[in-house]
Amino acid sequence: MEILLALVIGLLYAAGIYMILRRSLVKLIIGLILLGNGVNLLIFLLGRITKGLPPIIPGELNTFAEAYADPVPQALILTAIVISFGLQSFAIVLIKRVYKVVKTDDLDELSLDEEYEQI
Amino acid sequence: MTSKLILLPILYQAFMAVILLFFWRRPQIQRVISVVGSAINVFICALLFQGVWVDGIVSVQAGNWVAPFGITFVADTLAATMVLLTSIAGLAVSIFSAGTIVRAQVKYGYFPIFHFLLMGLCGAFLTGDIFNLYVWFEIIIISSFVLITLGSEKKQLEGAVKYFALNMLASIIFLTALGILYGLVGTLNMADLSGKVAAVDNRGLVYVSGLFFFVGFGIKSALFPLYFWLPDSYHTPPFAVSAIFSGLLTKVGVYALIRVFSLIFTDDIFIDQVMLAIGMLTIFSGGVGALVQVNIRRVFSYLIICHIGFIIIGLGLFTEAAIAGAIFYLIHDIVVKTNLFLIAGLIFKIKGTNDMRKLGGLYDGWPKLTLLMAITLFSLIGIPPLSGFWPKVSLILGAYSLENYGAIAFILFGSVITLIIIAKMWSRIFWNPGPVLAVRPDFQYFADMSLKKRRLIVTPIVLLSAVTLYIGFGAEHIQQLSERISGELIDPTIYINAVLKPR
Repeated sequence: MEILLALVIGLLYAAGIYMILRRSLVKLIIGLILLGNGVNLLIFLLGRITKGLPPIIPGELNTFAEAYADPVPQALILTAIVISFGLQSFAIVLIKRVYKVVKTDDLDELSLDEEYEQI
Repeated sequence: MTSKLILLPILYQAFMAVILLFFWRRPQIQRVISVVGSAINVFICALLFQGVWVDGIVSVQAGNWVAPFGITFVADTLAATMVLLTSIAGLAVSIFSAGTIVRAQVKYGYFPIFHFLLMGLCGAFLTGDIFNLYVWFEIIIISSFVLITLGSEKKQLEGAVKYFALNMLASIIFLTALGILYGLVGTLNMADLSGKVAAVDNRGLVYVSGLFFFVGFGIKSALFPLYFWLPDSYHTPPFAVSAIFSGLLTKVGVYALIRVFSLIFTDDIFIDQVMLAIGMLTIFSGGVGALVQVNIRRVFSYLIICHIGFIIIGLGLFTEAAIAGAIFYLIHDIVVKTNLFLIAGLIFKIKGTNDMRKLGGLYDGWPKLTLLMAITLFSLIGIPPLSGFWPKVSLILGAYSLENYGAIAFILFGSVITLIIIAKMWSRIFWNPGPVLAVRPDFQYFADMSLKKRRLIVTPIVLLSAVTLYIGFGAEHIQQLSERISGELIDPTIYINAVLKPR
């Protein structure tokens, strides 16, 4: 399971970075989304995966009797997912506006030439 | 008593934002509320600062969960100082916004978002939990996205794309570092991390995590190879927005760097060396970049980058004198950089352009305002006894005690190049008579504004100039403050004890 997850994380990071390096605005956003998912899985993996042992103390005991799954990484991932959801939706609206105004999807054509003409 | 005050700056800003939301369609009321509220906020933050100054570091545990299990908020001297400076810059920009932000933009929620941004800043300064720091960073960037795109002009949107892409990437890198760190030690509380990270055997992964933090915060604070987004975006939004961005947004990245590398990754010679090299290159590239620009706001943007280098060099040297210099510089920089962009706004209102080739004759037309602007410009260069001079003395002393002459050379180079740039600007904008500009028909010039509006534009500049003068002439107090902060940063045991063993 860990090996598989590690491979998936590596794949997501690689794909994300590749997409960021493209010139298209849409691919830039897709790259950021992929990287965000890669990070979430990374936290999940590094927080140690423990199968079938929920962090609930049995009624008759005061402490954990055996190893348990750490709930913190899941809380972190949930927070990160919610935040990145908000950011991504903003980003998508932004590129739509940019496309409407600039009429191009190409990052290199977002020039600042006119900057020097009139300020 | 002070521990009850820690959360107040954050909660107060949230409260302000919510109150402002109720007056969504009433721009005039929003302006009044924002200015009055920001003035009260300065008072609250001063109370917190005074409390921390008298009682030492205080901490509060959210939900009364014992540290390190819950989220901790800590106000040490550095955090309290930053919060106080945030409130002062916030007040100045709030007044300036009341005078310059147009009705249409206020109707799109400028003021509530502005106060959410300030809330995020206060939160980032006061939190003692590294994941919570990430959350505050996200609050800051999402508010700043809205502010930077407000108005939706073509130029603004182009700047915003670069701004949002790089900042989102920085957050992802920060989160990666955080994930690795949590996997190594299993805690998120910064005080708890401090001891546990030092005890980790797998140093390789600690370095990887540390470097990821450095890159993530480095993008946010616009360090050498990662700064290109800043000059491309900071000159596009309204002046009030670029003032608060330049004063505080890059500085929160620097604050995070100082916090993480003084508390968590301490004994790391390699990262210190990297930091020194990056700091020197940042000074060089920022200074040289500023030389060739013609738009005033772009010149100032490059100067932000240049001067971040001083702070990073101070942090890389990591001696008591150097850190004190870096902190002093940080305090000076927040006030001066905010004021610089307000001044750029004032020049724009007077002349209708920010292009240095078209500007001129300000000294003849507006001698008193020129004098006012001179205070800030000369402080920026660091002409003694103004505020930019004193931190450089500490920085150079710190570098000298380590016999690091390269750092001294670059600090001097940064100062000289700032002098050249400001001298060039001074002769072009203020002394040179300048070409006759065509009158823009749809533009309201400063000279035609009502007295009330003119006051709203000039008051914040006067306020920040007064603070700058105090930092310069009351340098003894600021030096004392910086040395105390530096002592706390070099020896984090007080911080750790304040969090893990609360009184």
